[in-house]
Amino acid sequence: MSWQWFHRLGSPRWFYQSSARWLPWLSLATAVVLLSGLIWGLAIAPEDAKQGNSFRIIYIHVPASFLALAGYYIMATAGAVGLIWKMKLSYMVMKSAAPIGAALTFIALFTGAIWGKPTWGTYWVWDARITSMLILLFLYLGVMALQYAYHSADVASKAGAILGLVGTVNIPIIYKSVDWWYTLHQPATIKFTSAPSMHPDMFQPLLVMIIGFYLFYAVALILHTRSEILRRERKTSWVRDLLNTKKQAKADKQAGES
Amino acid sequence: MHPLRKQRLQLVILILVATTVVVGLVLYMLRENGNFFYTPEQIVSGEAPQNVYLRAGGMVVDGSLKRADDSLWVQFQITDGLENLTVEHTGILPDLFTEGEAAIASGKVDENSVLQATEILAKHDENYTPPEVADAMNEAYERKQEKPSGDKKFYMDNTK
Repeated sequence: MSWQWFHRLGSPRWFYQSSARWLPWLSLATAVVLLSGLIWGLAIAPEDAKQGNSFRIIYIHVPASFLALAGYYIMATAGAVGLIWKMKLSYMVMKSAAPIGAALTFIALFTGAIWGKPTWGTYWVWDARITSMLILLFLYLGVMALQYAYHSADVASKAGAILGLVGTVNIPIIYKSVDWWYTLHQPATIKFTSAPSMHPDMFQPLLVMIIGFYLFYAVALILHTRSEILRRERKTSWVRDLLNTKKQAKADKQAGES
Repeated sequence: MHPLRKQRLQLVILILVATTVVVGLVLYMLRENGNFFYTPEQIVSGEAPQNVYLRAGGMVVDGSLKRADDSLWVQFQITDGLENLTVEHTGILPDLFTEGEAAIASGKVDENSVLQATEILAKHDENYTPPEVADAMNEAYERKQEKPSGDKKFYMDNTK
């Protein structure tokens, strides 16, 4: 079996150039899907019989939590590929995924807290779901911190990848915590095995928001990875050429204006 | 695959398996301690520790909520279907606290087996329904229901 294609995929230069082509389209799709999902969810979807309008925070809370968990697998997989194939690009993806995942985890915890106050009567409890989600935030922050703990980028990447791999065990725990233990947090509304326990009028905008968050995650990860590529590859000739042509274009523009 | 890469792949799999086994064993050991609350059955049967601060969770029994006229004192019963536990509390109840819905009370169980709660939390379920649909379902439920029973109503409005 030939692994040639896989190694070409790992070229930072190839990624930088090809991502530039479809990034505008992806960003446009993200804006359209997120905006329509937000309007649909916040303005058009009916309110909940028990919770009233406060349930609408689900349209941020659930998609952010989804991507906080899925993003961890993306980060850990990128780290594992880096460990096995010594691929530079995959370590850059891992490093870029950590702050995005940390931000999404924070959003999930924060929206959960402001949702918890009117519904449960408290901002925070130490139940299994909420505590395991807090551990996820610390895992993300740990991977981020390790990137800056070493002078050598290679050592830092390896350490981050190993922490990322060890932390994957937390993801199924978060997902199943509401079933394994008695928690204040209710069980999942969206299930893999059966229909969602939500009226279709409320569920459809939620689905749109989840797709929108996946698109947003892709855009954020690509943008972050691109800047990481430029930073780490700044001594290579292709990045220098790229910067020189940009500088030249800017100088030409200024000369034309004056 | 290159033998060196294969070796590194095996190492990655080893890390994953080892951490899963270790964390799995720890969680198995702690399985009861991961619970946020005890059920009324666990408290009545004596499985829950005595005379310590604990949480009890269950469905608020229909018609069990009593309020004092001159203070914020409330009394109600929670059930897990097996046993009922009486809870007393002085304070404001959360908005979503309703008979027929789940609630969590934290406090100490006194000598009369009454939980003297210092905090009451409402626990909502994973179902979301528009009000009109819920009303229609409740009407259908009530039409079908010739005699009242202990069955949980789908939706109860406590704002009226």
